[in-house]
Amino acid sequence: MTVFGIPLPAILGQLTLGLVNGSFYALLSLGLAVIFGLLGIVNFAHGAFYMLGAFAAYLGLQAFGVNYWFALILAPLAVGILGVIIERLFLRRLYGQDPLYGLLLTFGVALIAEGIMRDQFGSSGKSYPVPGLLRGVVDLGFMVLPIYRGWVVLASLSICATTWFLIERTRLGATLRAATENARLVQAFGINVPLMVTLTYGAGVALAALAGVLAAPVVQVSPLMGSSLVIVVFAVVVIGGMGSIVGAIVSGLALGLIEGLTKVIYPEASNIVVFVIMAVVLIFRPAGLFGRE
Amino acid sequence: MRVRAATAVTVLLGILAVAAPMVGVYPVFLMKLLCYSMFACAFNLLLGYTRMLSFGHAAYFGSSAYVTGWLVTAHGWGTIQGTLAGVAVAMLLGLIIGAIAVRRQGIYFAMITLALSQLVFFICLQAEFTGGENGLQGIPRGSLFGLIDLDRDLTMYYCVLAVFIFVYLFIRRVVRSPFGHVLQAIRENEPRAISLGYAVDRYKLLAFVLSASLAGLAGSLKALILGFTTLSDVSQGTSGEVILMTLLGGSGTLLGPIVGASTVLTLEEYLSDHVGAWVSVIIGAIFVVCVLVFRRGVVGEIQARFAQRRGATRD
Repeated sequence: MTVFGIPLPAILGQLTLGLVNGSFYALLSLGLAVIFGLLGIVNFAHGAFYMLGAFAAYLGLQAFGVNYWFALILAPLAVGILGVIIERLFLRRLYGQDPLYGLLLTFGVALIAEGIMRDQFGSSGKSYPVPGLLRGVVDLGFMVLPIYRGWVVLASLSICATTWFLIERTRLGATLRAATENARLVQAFGINVPLMVTLTYGAGVALAALAGVLAAPVVQVSPLMGSSLVIVVFAVVVIGGMGSIVGAIVSGLALGLIEGLTKVIYPEASNIVVFVIMAVVLIFRPAGLFGRE
Repeated sequence: MRVRAATAVTVLLGILAVAAPMVGVYPVFLMKLLCYSMFACAFNLLLGYTRMLSFGHAAYFGSSAYVTGWLVTAHGWGTIQGTLAGVAVAMLLGLIIGAIAVRRQGIYFAMITLALSQLVFFICLQAEFTGGENGLQGIPRGSLFGLIDLDRDLTMYYCVLAVFIFVYLFIRRVVRSPFGHVLQAIRENEPRAISLGYAVDRYKLLAFVLSASLAGLAGSLKALILGFTTLSDVSQGTSGEVILMTLLGGSGTLLGPIVGASTVLTLEEYLSDHVGAWVSVIIGAIFVVCVLVFRRGVVGEIQARFAQRRGATRD
């Protein structure tokens, strides 16, 4: 069976791959959106934290025999704590100032993290085994789906949904959103806003690390795995409209799918399609698809 | 007083630049310094005088280097024609990317320029004429008007120095012109500049195109001087470097980018032999320090001290 002269299984295969990539885009841009919403900082180090998450899982397995399932909890926790320290030491001093400084500072943090890891582990990729429970494939009738890929998509979607629910539908989320609008007023109600800000940064960073652990078995774990990804995620965030949580999730997934489709139709353009879409969106809707001006 | 001191320092730097190869400093390294200084000065026009953070300036630097290298090597173009063609491509690219990016401000502007420069990077990676992963090798320097042979390092150095001085004076002229003052008004308070009736987006776009073209000129010269161009010239790393040079030297000062470029290059030259991957750690750390406690940069800090002292004597 073919569609436009391309065999259907090839299309479906690339679409699943696209969906997997889209899940990572969604998770990462979600974290960026949450951090930007409350801190007003564009976290350039997001890709580095994603990389550190993957490395934490890899090292945990190599050095201490921590298995995948524990790594899913421990790696984000460890990287999240690192994020909390960075927020307390550095980012805290930049609040209320030109957001460009936050971007530059986190860029520096990313360089430091990548440099240290490169010095320790070299630039070559390391492979992380797929956990036993998720090995193998299922035959869906119209295509063969590797179980792990299905798991990544399901896991990311449920994490995204949970985060969305937490922020949009719970009391904690309401407080968070209120602090975004007017931090002083919320503080006057006796809520420890600085602590909330710190924890939000930690949580956003932990989301990036979680994406890193999920990615470890399907990509090569290397110090530079996050540095080009973060640029794509920036484009995703510009397309979706910064600060919109639904926008981040939907555009992340959609762009992953489009990228997958491009790989089938015109492989040479698959690297650049997201940036081209960004340029087109900017021409017609400068605020992004879900953004408000 | 301060103006006179600044002029004195500029002239002194000029004399130093003319004399440097005679006292035994390696001319190729000096030429590299001049190229990156030019690149940083061009970048400063945006960051320092208009407060537009372009996070993808390597796109213009690198694409111009590729175009010049390709025309000179594969098509036998002359040095001047090749350089001008490279600059023209950088200018066109700056016009296209700038037109899209100036639609948003601040942080979005930075992210958009970064993403679009990544687009340029991938095009350079995949296009035929750039030589892909290998880049372009063996780019000849050629000669000026068929008279002056540029293969000699010293001859090339003085030509590059002449171009550099010209570009520096040009940027100084731009900054001090009415146009430059409008840019600085946009830097200080964009809504007010709009309410005064300035077509802010046009000014920003023109500044962007100017900056991209001069960055392109720096890239072309770099390709000719070193005889090669690689993907690293269009990469995010180079974009980051030029930001650091400008920030460290002092953004919004004329001499700052030169000081910054010289410092960063000397540091890299010295460190890369000794510490390997730690170069990137050190550069990252300088970024953090600059942002937290050293925002005015070296030259900005010195100027502020001078201004303070003058203020004190006046009281």
